[in-house]
Amino acid sequence: MTDIGINPDQIDLAEYRQSATFPPNVIAEIQRAADQGIYEIRGWGPKRKLPTFDDLAFLGASLSRYPLEGYREKCDTDVVLGSRFAKKPLHLKIPITIAGMSFGAISSNAKRALGHAATAMGTATTTGDGGMTHEERESSETLVYQVLPSRYGVDPDHLRACDAVEIVIGQGAKPGGGGMLLGLKVSERVAAMRTLPEGIDQRSACRHPDWTGPDDLTIKIQELREITDYEKPIFVKMAATRVRFDVQLAVKAGADVVVLDGMQGGTGATQDVFIEHVGVPTLAAVREAVEALEELDMHRKVQLIVSGGIRSGPDVAKALAMGADAVSLGTAVLIALNCNRNIYVEDYAALGTKPGFCHNCHTGRCPVGITTQDPELEKRLEPDAAARRVRNYLSTLTLETQTLARACGKSHVHNLEPEDLVALTVEAAAMAGVPLAGTSWIPGR
Amino acid sequence: MWVDVDLEAVGVRGLNERLHAISAGVTDARWRIRNPHGLHNIAVGADSPVSLLIEGHVGYYCAGMNKLANITVAGHAGVGLAENMMSGVVRVQGNASSSAGATGRGGLLVIEGDASSRCGISMKGIDIVVGGSVGHMSAFMAQAGRLIVCGDAGPGLGDSIYEAEIFVRGSADDLGADCIVKEMSREQREGLVSLLQRAGFDHDPSDFRLYGSARNLYNFHIDNAASY
Repeated sequence: MTDIGINPDQIDLAEYRQSATFPPNVIAEIQRAADQGIYEIRGWGPKRKLPTFDDLAFLGASLSRYPLEGYREKCDTDVVLGSRFAKKPLHLKIPITIAGMSFGAISSNAKRALGHAATAMGTATTTGDGGMTHEERESSETLVYQVLPSRYGVDPDHLRACDAVEIVIGQGAKPGGGGMLLGLKVSERVAAMRTLPEGIDQRSACRHPDWTGPDDLTIKIQELREITDYEKPIFVKMAATRVRFDVQLAVKAGADVVVLDGMQGGTGATQDVFIEHVGVPTLAAVREAVEALEELDMHRKVQLIVSGGIRSGPDVAKALAMGADAVSLGTAVLIALNCNRNIYVEDYAALGTKPGFCHNCHTGRCPVGITTQDPELEKRLEPDAAARRVRNYLSTLTLETQTLARACGKSHVHNLEPEDLVALTVEAAAMAGVPLAGTSWIPGR
Repeated sequence: MWVDVDLEAVGVRGLNERLHAISAGVTDARWRIRNPHGLHNIAVGADSPVSLLIEGHVGYYCAGMNKLANITVAGHAGVGLAENMMSGVVRVQGNASSSAGATGRGGLLVIEGDASSRCGISMKGIDIVVGGSVGHMSAFMAQAGRLIVCGDAGPGLGDSIYEAEIFVRGSADDLGADCIVKEMSREQREGLVSLLQRAGFDHDPSDFRLYGSARNLYNFHIDNAASY
């Protein structure tokens, strides 16, 4: 069924003619706006079709290159993050981290499960808007602590207790917008952590309260280094928009690591217009960021983490081949936890959706207990079993990435390079800066 | 007994390193910081009840994230003075630039002169007493704590305020969204008197008006769209 009650299977297309300008989903949105008088707020990432890593393919080894044996020859996956200035850079076993998601947006059990899975795989998790919970510190051997514009729950003891600090300037789902947590999720505990009245619709600031612009950011980074005695790597996370300038300014400001979140990045809640209409697809953003680093001779010196719609080993391998040092996953690990799984179908129906289509993270009524603060719903996510699923998923991504790297003749996944890639569409060739398959043509070059 | 620390000799890093190395049991350390020359990040991340007297002007984020320490600046302060302060006392004998006390969660910040824009922005429990006036958008999105302004408040005071309380002795003619004049309870008046005394100001509490949240923007409502 569509949003206006039409079952596409029952439409006689010979009899009915759909408007290209006003198809059923557009009609439904206009009428929803007319009824409610406010923009749509929802969770997840964009639902529109965007260029993705699927539009690239690897050139496996043949006569001109030789591959490594898939089950015998080593293909390393480790990565060091924050080696530029920090005394204690992170050394992860896999180049796949778990992105920042707040306690508030997701449940305590979800945080715990992600922490256990990341620890088992030798990688890092990240806090989120709202501060650090003891559950995630205890479950995550390596924890990145976010400092966001809202500064909810920011505590110098947590800065000292974390393993890296991530200054968040923006995220791919809402470049230029602040966070949002609707009242149903602002529980007593969440409200106390954020110093807010319980049950309010929380609107986070979109700009940091005590700095504006890259020169100020330099001093802010220095402050965080001073407080942590130069031990912790400082990440700077930003949404992919004016990538070249923003990456270079972050490097100039002193970032150890740049985290770039593409347009496909997800969220717990924001305006639909942000999700669908602001930002640059991850595919294009990676190439721009790598070129920006290369211009400064800082590629591989300042590490680049890419996020936003990374789903599979091929996605990971292609991002690394384009020059990223690591990737970060949000929505995909929630799906591994159970998001949109075909269970509790009646509760999806109560939200007006069904498994495979749900984006109701913002409501707090998550049928599978992930994006909720409701104690009864949260019980549906059993942390140990959920951690095992995420561990399995991360393990699969790693194996897939190694498989592709070996096929290209690489003994470390970081040895993948743009030369290993071709594009399957003209658009992807232009965005990724690799030749269209079967040609030596890169549009615009 | 004061210990002299010359920033020209040890640098900001040297000072902060020593500050962080103070053992938890120390309660009577008193340091005099010479030659600050407007340097940034002086005495950030303090975590013990040490007393610091900084003899001169300081740059950005002086006393940032302070816990327990008693820090006095005998001069003016740059942007983000005592940002995200947790506890202790920070006093500036001169003026403070923008975002003083930003996101502060506890403790007392006293600015004897004026404070620029966004004083107390996103404050989360800190008490701030300003002897002079504050600039525009002060107490923007202020969540908890008290901002006392003995002079005037600039435009947009308390925009999108939550449960923080603002006391202004002079004029506050341009209030931000959802910020209104409120009746002052006896407990609030007593709290004001106590804070003024601690800050060293001798003003009649009757001269102050209280501002706080109308709580109309706590939840989205179509009829409030023009206020967002």
